[in-house]
Amino acid sequence: MSALKLKKGASSHSAYNLRPTFSDAEERHTLAVIVDNEPGVLARVIGLFSGRGYNIDSLTVAEVDHTGHTSRITIVTTGTPQIIEQIKAQLGRIVVVHDVHDLTVEGPSVERELALLRVTGTGDKRVEALRLADIFRANVVDSTLDSFVFEITGTSEKVDAFADLMRPLGLEEIARTGVAALSRGT
Amino acid sequence: MTRQMTGAKMVVQALKDQGVDVVFGYPGGAVLPIYDEIFQQNDIRHILVRHEQGAVHAAEGYARSTGKPGVVLVTSGPGATNAVTGLTDALMDSIPLIVLTGQVPTFMIGSDAFQEADTVGITRPCTKHNWLVKETERLAQTIHEAFHVATSGRPGPVLVDIPKDVQFASAKYLEPAQTKTSHYQPQTMGDIDTITELVEALEQAERPIFYTGGGVINSGDEATKLLRELVDATGIPITSTLMGLGCYPASGKNWLGMLGMHGLYEANMAMHDCDLMINIGARFDDRITGRLDAFSPGSQRAHIDIDPSSINKVIRTDFPIVGDVKEVLRQMLGLWKDRGSKINRDAIRNWWGRIDEWKKINCLAFTQSGKTIKPQHAVHRLEELTKGHDRYICTEVGQHQMWAAQYLGFEDPNRWMTSGGLGTMGYGFPASIGVQVAHPESLVINVAGEASWLMNMQEMGTAVQYRLPVKQFILNNERLGMVRQWQELLHGERYSHSWSDALPDFVKLAEAFGAKGIQCSDPADLDDAIMEMLNYDGPVIFDCLVEKHENCFPMIPSGKAHNEMLLGENASTADAIDAGGAVLV
Repeated sequence: MSALKLKKGASSHSAYNLRPTFSDAEERHTLAVIVDNEPGVLARVIGLFSGRGYNIDSLTVAEVDHTGHTSRITIVTTGTPQIIEQIKAQLGRIVVVHDVHDLTVEGPSVERELALLRVTGTGDKRVEALRLADIFRANVVDSTLDSFVFEITGTSEKVDAFADLMRPLGLEEIARTGVAALSRGT
Repeated sequence: MTRQMTGAKMVVQALKDQGVDVVFGYPGGAVLPIYDEIFQQNDIRHILVRHEQGAVHAAEGYARSTGKPGVVLVTSGPGATNAVTGLTDALMDSIPLIVLTGQVPTFMIGSDAFQEADTVGITRPCTKHNWLVKETERLAQTIHEAFHVATSGRPGPVLVDIPKDVQFASAKYLEPAQTKTSHYQPQTMGDIDTITELVEALEQAERPIFYTGGGVINSGDEATKLLRELVDATGIPITSTLMGLGCYPASGKNWLGMLGMHGLYEANMAMHDCDLMINIGARFDDRITGRLDAFSPGSQRAHIDIDPSSINKVIRTDFPIVGDVKEVLRQMLGLWKDRGSKINRDAIRNWWGRIDEWKKINCLAFTQSGKTIKPQHAVHRLEELTKGHDRYICTEVGQHQMWAAQYLGFEDPNRWMTSGGLGTMGYGFPASIGVQVAHPESLVINVAGEASWLMNMQEMGTAVQYRLPVKQFILNNERLGMVRQWQELLHGERYSHSWSDALPDFVKLAEAFGAKGIQCSDPADLDDAIMEMLNYDGPVIFDCLVEKHENCFPMIPSGKAHNEMLLGENASTADAIDAGGAVLV
């Protein structure tokens, strides 16, 4: 079959680059969606995911171009290759979406997440928490005599690992931003 | 020229500048300023419906029969929520609509004001796009953009929500040419390399078939013309979905009839056994494919669609072509001619031989006998007596819809208005009103079932008020026929709530509205009664009492494959088994 001579890295407005959809294995993809920053745009994107039963592992959004009023939504999602292609095509046809990039297949990219963790403890636990924070290059952004708030930046895996270590040391509460991602320079 | 005007006046001016000649609507508190402007002009005609759902379906009928977008004007709150079914229907069938809704004043939004609803929130998933306009300065350009979005790419319904203070306030009006170009510009030309591969495959193919859909009709008259040229140039068989009927003439020699759940035997068998399927503007809907893992097992598939998300959604495609049907067909025909392409003549002759065997099954055969009218007979007689008219057919949803699709022949596009994707009972009657408004001199018939028809019967008031001579041809079996059929075949003949015990006297009902009612129950009277309906200059309710337990065949039961059709008792099934089909009778 002449079939699917498909490049990796489909863009939102073309089906020519669709990858073969034979596999049933689920994949994790990071999508960057450039949208008009107007009321309801996030609801459109989230509504698409809930309405069609797609997964959202993480989602971040902020205006990135104040003059052009465009926002960048970074979505981490999982699904079979066919579902991932559908998600991109469905996102691409939302009228206020300018572009959809699949950072997972469009070449190397960097992903970062920021988390704030409040860890309460005294004595050895407090010392150990501070020592581990140093190893993870987490910053102390608030301190009392029996608590710290750490700020950590890194991949989701790094944040997970740090949170796992903090849990027995008195982790009380955690706030995470979700993933922001950008393709690397070429 | 720029002019200062109120938001309400802007709405009317923008509609005029967009070429709108008719609006279907229903007034209310939050749109009174716009209605005041409508009162003071004569360019745009307003059709007062009896329910907002009727307004949206009427606009759909208008849009589908003209190829122009339909326009609806309703009030806030209940006006908007009543429009939701019509919006969803139009989204599923890709019908361009502009729905304007009133909204409570901006300073009251969020206060649970009288007749307030979160209209853009409620309609976000059932429109192609929607806008809440909070400044009069943005109103004109938003309406112009709404027309652009509704009619570009894959068409669909859009909604503009206009708060009442925005209608009262004044601002500078911008004409369409003065508004900034939208970034929404869908791709229309197909990828020439993929089209070339498809043409090469078509030259080699031994059992090719065209599978066409509503996209051909949405692409316009040019697409229909090019499709017919391509079918003539290649001589290969063509079938169509419910939505695409009319894109190729029913009298054409390559026509196989409709495919799908209640499609013709030969069309479904050809889809199952083909080696090259060329999908033009259809979307592999589940009513078409049947069981996916048994769908056309030996074929390569091409898919021409303007919506990239339709491609590879349910069926893997070997030749994905994103583009407007008419552009891609023009590219394809150009290549076919430039290359001096020829089909594989011997193989195609054999292919037609097999198809002719399937046709001998005569899957639509029925026997009219006795004193009861068979519904198929009623539709067949309607076809015979209206053939040759410039005829527009609407339907409701159910068995009658399938019989209409099977037994009526469509020679041209835009003559067939039916709720395909959403399957909206109550669609046909208001749609027929919209069609008649657009084509006042033409014959407009709504083939209906009594249960569907009752869902929007209030629109009789509209038909009578505007002297719209729509013919309501009701196949009355006193049952929810399709529900009853599924209960018989799939739910152990337990007929749970699938009949009406208290139907109205349709003749008296017609008379109560000031229309004409005709009842017919005797096959011997049927032709005369139909002629009486056709000759009457005004709206008619035709109450055709038909066989109550008739089933609609052929039928691919849900979850079965194309070659696992159920056939009616009159089909020549002995031949079918000889022909190698796994026919379940």
